[in-house]
Amino acid sequence: MTATIERGSATASINPPGDATADKKTPRRRGGFLSSSPGKKAVMAVTGAVMVLFLVAHMAGNLKSFLGAEEFNAYAASLRTLGEPILPHRTLLTVLEIVLVAALVLHMWAAITLARRAGQARPVKYAVRRKSQAGGYAIHAMRYGGTAIFLFLIWHLLDLTFGTVNPAGGTGTPYERLVEGFAPSRWWVTLFYVLAVLAVGQHLRHGLWSAFQSLGRAGRRSYRGLNVFAVTVSVLMVVGFLAVPAGVMAGVIK
Amino acid sequence: MTMNYTEGAPIRDTKAPEGPIEDRWEKRKFSAKLVNPANKRKLHVIVVGTGLAGGSAAATLGELGYNVTSFCYQDSPRRAHSIAAQGGINAAKNYRGDGDSIYRLFYDTVKGGDFRARESNVYRLAQVSVNIIDQAVAQGVPFAREYGGLLDTRSFGGAQVSRTFYARGQTGQQLLLGAYQALERQIAAGTVKMHTRHEMLDLIVADGRARGVIVRDMVTGEIERHTADAVVLATGGYGNVFFLSTNAKGCNTTAIWRAHRRGAYFANPCYTQIHPTCIPVSGDYQSKLTLMSESLRNDGRVWVPVKKGDTRPAAQIPEDERDYYLERIYPAFGNLVPRDIASRAAKNVCDEGRGVGPGGLGVYLDFADAIRRLGRDAVEKKYGNLFEMYERITGEDPYTQPMRIYPAVHYTMGGLWVDYDLQSTIPGLFVIGEANFSDHGANRLGASALMQGLADGYFVLPTTIGDYLANGPYGEVDEDAVAEAETAVRQKIERLLTNDGTRTADSYHRELGKLMWDYCGMERTEESLRKALERIPELREEFWKNVKVSGTADELNQALERAGRVADFFDLAELMCIDALHRTESCGGHFRAESQDADGEALRDDENFAYVAAWEHGPEGPVLHKETLEYEYVKMTQRSYK
Amino acid sequence: MNLTLKIWRQKDPQDKGRMVTYRVEDVSPDMSFLEMLDVLNERLILEGDEPVAFDHDCREGICGMCGMVINGVAHGEQVATTTCQLHMRHFEDNAVITIEPWRAAPFPVVKDLVVDRSSFDRIIQAGGFISVPAGSAPDAHSVPVKKEDADNAFDAATCIACGACVAACPNGSASLFTAAKITHLSLLPQGQPERESRAKAMVEQMDAEGFGGCTNTGECTAVCPKGIPLDTIARMNRDYLRASK
Repeated sequence: MTATIERGSATASINPPGDATADKKTPRRRGGFLSSSPGKKAVMAVTGAVMVLFLVAHMAGNLKSFLGAEEFNAYAASLRTLGEPILPHRTLLTVLEIVLVAALVLHMWAAITLARRAGQARPVKYAVRRKSQAGGYAIHAMRYGGTAIFLFLIWHLLDLTFGTVNPAGGTGTPYERLVEGFAPSRWWVTLFYVLAVLAVGQHLRHGLWSAFQSLGRAGRRSYRGLNVFAVTVSVLMVVGFLAVPAGVMAGVIK
Repeated sequence: MTMNYTEGAPIRDTKAPEGPIEDRWEKRKFSAKLVNPANKRKLHVIVVGTGLAGGSAAATLGELGYNVTSFCYQDSPRRAHSIAAQGGINAAKNYRGDGDSIYRLFYDTVKGGDFRARESNVYRLAQVSVNIIDQAVAQGVPFAREYGGLLDTRSFGGAQVSRTFYARGQTGQQLLLGAYQALERQIAAGTVKMHTRHEMLDLIVADGRARGVIVRDMVTGEIERHTADAVVLATGGYGNVFFLSTNAKGCNTTAIWRAHRRGAYFANPCYTQIHPTCIPVSGDYQSKLTLMSESLRNDGRVWVPVKKGDTRPAAQIPEDERDYYLERIYPAFGNLVPRDIASRAAKNVCDEGRGVGPGGLGVYLDFADAIRRLGRDAVEKKYGNLFEMYERITGEDPYTQPMRIYPAVHYTMGGLWVDYDLQSTIPGLFVIGEANFSDHGANRLGASALMQGLADGYFVLPTTIGDYLANGPYGEVDEDAVAEAETAVRQKIERLLTNDGTRTADSYHRELGKLMWDYCGMERTEESLRKALERIPELREEFWKNVKVSGTADELNQALERAGRVADFFDLAELMCIDALHRTESCGGHFRAESQDADGEALRDDENFAYVAAWEHGPEGPVLHKETLEYEYVKMTQRSYK
Repeated sequence: MNLTLKIWRQKDPQDKGRMVTYRVEDVSPDMSFLEMLDVLNERLILEGDEPVAFDHDCREGICGMCGMVINGVAHGEQVATTTCQLHMRHFEDNAVITIEPWRAAPFPVVKDLVVDRSSFDRIIQAGGFISVPAGSAPDAHSVPVKKEDADNAFDAATCIACGACVAACPNGSASLFTAAKITHLSLLPQGQPERESRAKAMVEQMDAEGFGGCTNTGECTAVCPKGIPLDTIARMNRDYLRASK
């Protein structure tokens, strides 16, 4: 046995104030807002909201395809002339694109740093696989779902925006690219699209509710309403986005 | 009658001022010397224990500017067993205008304590009670409130006024967290240095003064010396001497027992409070007993079958074959009689063979009437968490079948002797909360423990300890005294570890506990106590020969911790029995079967026993010092709750 | 009942640790989970082995000292129940029960099932209090508090700091614990003056201790023996965001 001798403390002077917190066991980090965990979640909530608004507009635009090639192509073209003649050609759209990319980058940055922090907080895993006691699976799929959506996004841009991997190529009209993109021969692309849309729905199912919680705008009384809202919006989004490939498959859009 | 003790000189509390009782505390506060604020930082105080008393004392002393070191055996100061107190805290606020006053709280407490408490101390307690509520509310303790936003109160165990403040069934938790938060604030400010998972194993006494403690770091096993100008013990009661009690598993007597061995007198060790409403024992493996708040008696009705050995389920026993014995025997108070009376009545009906449940050791506490009268929702609102707890433990639903309850050891009124300043017979050793003896006499009223702990810690000790510290700092501590205490601790640990026996410390503890419950429990007789006094030394000897402790001293070793505590319980148990044997009267939590009236009620003997029995640890055995109790304000009467 | 226990044994913080299998026989269904472990430990001591170290104290569900992950669930599958209040009648005869300590970097294992939760104390030190020296308080009735606020504050204040929320959270977050204290104090008028500084300081300390961030999975509140609600975390976020403006 060894002994610790703490002698003579009877008349020793007291530690200067604040010394106890400087104890080696006490970690101190003077983090800014962005390095705090609620800060990161707030970033995710706000950037998520920006992307949800975009998705709503995107879905509305997509549905124009049911009105025929002319309407749809005109709509696509009008996006580029937004704000004209006050602003030069394609200015507002570019600004919006920059905002969207920034939102995406920040959203992913916050998610990745939070995931890394979570990994550091639990270096040793449980021997028995944890069972979810909260009864939701959507919330556990956020990270996998988010990654899947990101991969899809890359494909989606290459396919329908830049036309790089689209059979109609970069020169086709938006409408042609849409119809060709969901051609029955490319069923696997459509399947990928459907799965991605479902992933988006699931992501929103938790994300919408979660954003309110992260921004401190949820409470005991509003949980029910928020959940109904989240489910409704995600279902509408899924239906809205799936309507277009369904239309192509059914030959309504051709 | 052979004497197993000797009698020494009487003892007197020299600190309580004379004069009208309502002025005494003011007088003492004024006469106590003040410490210059600049000197406070140079004065070092050790506080052992972080319950309501110790936590609030350490926080307050730190706030005042003293240099405080605090110890607890748990992993956080917030876990001290005060946290488990359910019912509430008394205060003479008279917010209800129902005739309460400081004087009435004082009167009720002296009477409830069966005239074995000091008038001066009790009066001060009632005075200070008012400040405790203010302090707690300011700290954010979420007491129950009414729709108007004011504090709610209820009447509680034995009181006819509504003076008990509560936070659902978790008042102790909320008050302790208030004190804990104040303590953490001081730790952050650097005025208090906290050592968790440290257990005090001895007191350092040098030149006649308490100068420090020897503690064991329960994680590394290191034996540490800590010295100071004064030591405060707030280490709680010793109910775990009975093995089964409502105390936490870790509660033990080692700190106060070691202090007693070093010269502090131990007062009234036999005063044990048995709580009437606990969940009965279900088997031999039982490790502790769980209390159900006494507030349940406000709406529950206690009964047993009229017939002996009636094993029908409660629902099948018709109304006229039920004996609501408390309502029958005590029509004025009914189910709300004080704890000792309710407990003994339960024991009596079970002794008659009318008990219910496994082993016949239980009585019913029935809410059927309350549910009929108030509705299930109202009952659930009031007692929901208690009912859930009962259901979890027993697997029975108290909404549809009556609860079974039985008395269990709950609180010990005895403890280290202290004067009005809460200083023990060792200068510089202060004792607060349940660890001292002074305010409850022979029986504590419901909701008074929280009051006393916080009164001592927030208001009394921080003032009175200044009078002692004003003469300090007391300089370097004699090295020999420190080394001697440390060696004693090491030897004891060594001895326990090298003993390669065949029984665990827990098994001895269980046996000792059973023996104490049977012979020195709810009812004591000369014969039972003599039997106990014969058996305890034998068992202790066997323990020291045959106990087995695995592991080593230099690590977290829960078997070693337990064995060390059990060893001290043996010594304490013996003193309890000696005290119980010498006090041939019945009073409060001490019932001698030889001393009862024709109705079987406790019979005090004021002529011979109106004193505090303060025991000194002598080389030839205990030495009794009597402190005579005088009652100038409350006339001594035989308690009657009929 | 007879049971097979797989228990995490780890001699000290440096030891790598491993699962060890024990067999316990003649367990009564009325025993508590900890009493069942007591039986095992009594046997281990007599066999000269070291008993399984686990934290426990009040054994009535209020001190918050006990806690172990039982079959993958903090405090076991019985809802709103601490380990000490869990009874063996909820297990099947011949069941295999896996017992692990809380797993989180800010809760390092001390020995076997005992972990060091002092990080919780330090979060409280950062600001989990109302500054009021003894003796300076005004009369308790000088500030009325709406019953609803008092009740909600109480609900949050019932937290026992057992750490199950951290153990169950896939992120190892201490948000529920921290938020419970912030909510308790910020709902009361007495807690207003320090409300923002408290939220900021406590959240920063929580992060500094190495707990993960909250991603609103709700696992914490599902295992919380006191049922601390999730809206406490929303309130913490709100107070923190307000303080960060």
